[in-house]
Amino acid sequence: MTALTIVAPGGFTTIQDKGRFGFQQMGVPTSGALDSFAFEMANLLVGNDASAVLEITVMGPKLEIRKEMDIALTGAKMGMTLNDKPVEQWKSIRVKPGDYLTISQVQQGCRAYLAVNGGIKVPRVMGSFSTYVGGKIGGFKGRPLQQEDTLETHDAPLLTSPRTLSNEFIPKYPTHALIRVILGPQDHYFDMIKTPLWGSDYMVTTKADRMGYRLMGNPLPIKENMPKSIVSEPAMPGSIQIPPDGQPIILLVEQTVGGYAKIATVISTDLSKVAQTTPGDTLEFEKIDLKTAHALHMEETLKINRIKTSF
Amino acid sequence: MESRLFKKAVYRLAGDTGLLVEFGEGIDPKVNAKVRAMTRALEKTMPTGVREIIPTYRSLLFVYDPGATHPDILCPLIEQVENSLETLAMALARIVEIPVCYGGKFGPDIENIQKPHGLTTDQVIQRHCAPAYLIYMVGFTPGFPFLGGLDATLFTPRLTTPRMHVPEGSVGIANNQTGMYPIASPGGWQIIGRTPLRLFAPDRSNPFLYKAGDKIKFIPISEQKYTRLEQEEKNR
Repeated sequence: MTALTIVAPGGFTTIQDKGRFGFQQMGVPTSGALDSFAFEMANLLVGNDASAVLEITVMGPKLEIRKEMDIALTGAKMGMTLNDKPVEQWKSIRVKPGDYLTISQVQQGCRAYLAVNGGIKVPRVMGSFSTYVGGKIGGFKGRPLQQEDTLETHDAPLLTSPRTLSNEFIPKYPTHALIRVILGPQDHYFDMIKTPLWGSDYMVTTKADRMGYRLMGNPLPIKENMPKSIVSEPAMPGSIQIPPDGQPIILLVEQTVGGYAKIATVISTDLSKVAQTTPGDTLEFEKIDLKTAHALHMEETLKINRIKTSF
Repeated sequence: MESRLFKKAVYRLAGDTGLLVEFGEGIDPKVNAKVRAMTRALEKTMPTGVREIIPTYRSLLFVYDPGATHPDILCPLIEQVENSLETLAMALARIVEIPVCYGGKFGPDIENIQKPHGLTTDQVIQRHCAPAYLIYMVGFTPGFPFLGGLDATLFTPRLTTPRMHVPEGSVGIANNQTGMYPIASPGGWQIIGRTPLRLFAPDRSNPFLYKAGDKIKFIPISEQKYTRLEQEEKNR
């Protein structure tokens, strides 16, 4: 049964879940929601478990509601109205057939997540509902949503009482983000004593999408005695690769192979911070060790579990 | 020739969820054979907490869950497998045949290969079909094989202006490499033919025809056979 009709698609709206795992060795990138915390919270607020949601980029869509549902919008701060009346993010909202939900321009951050109870119903492709735009698979026909697309949802019980995420857990999305990294795998290609990677700002350029973020700042030259590129190898989301012009590119979730040396890798818990910046914002990098990174990862898992049990 | 195989694997961190293990340097069949043997051995008994093992030309990338394992646990495990490898018999590479219709509308750049080398179209086809190419790794796009072993008389630089749209199934040459485009994408390779086979079929239970470590043999076919096979693929 149709649950949503896309009246206007917004800037770039795709269906995402946690991602597609197990096929990176075949060149299929993981895809999936870029801000995993906002993704988890959107689902939790409507009573779902990691279901498919809409990932909304910079400019929000206008949706006609065709089914009684609970919805929740998390992530980037974007104005939202239900039948022209403002409604809040980070809480569940009951909508009815005939309602119009309008999500407007981003005010803070870059990507917002709209969950509906039951989750968006699309075919599972290679284990995931995530849209991989480059490979034209997953999500809705393997592409971003367009005007007049209609979406179905899985049937699920409505919430017995509304849910709101406590203010203390709602992240800020600053225009200057401190990003923690672990050195390597090819930090030996660079002079890590003189490197400008620490203590200088790198600006997000307009070439920033789900595949990767190109940055601009003090160039990071490869040592004289090292080759300018490496034999192509797989790249993790968060890899900071350095092409010959010395300007870093942070790889995200739509690329599996890279041929440039990677000076450092963004820790998994800070990937969402990168993904919530927009062109013109600045990033500053800080080096941490593996132990600290794993402690932060554990802390994040525990925080999510604590929130889960609070509902 | 001096072997580029390392005596012992080199371990490097790839963030807080990745461990890169290098077995040698450059593009070398011996190094890649070791990568392959390690992959086979490790896939049989996937270490706890490892989500994916991704083989490449010369290394293996382990993607792990930091809540379930740690490089301090994984490194000795991998080392153990490496040490036991001498006793493992290397399985023969599987050869996958890929039918290709060369030249004409499917291979608009075949003249760019033959002219500089003074070859006829038939000679280009013959030399391109002769080897069984080792798949060193798969990536870039789903199912895109990085192949080694192209005949040196076919080496040709990329197009000066890349195409905006290279059709699905196109077979091409770029410098010393040959490969195929499983999905349509922009690209600068010299396109010499096309296969009617679906190299990436996400709707099938196994979406791929080959994987790293297999070998690919191109089989020349006529346009009539191309059309017939294309129809068969659609009905499959």
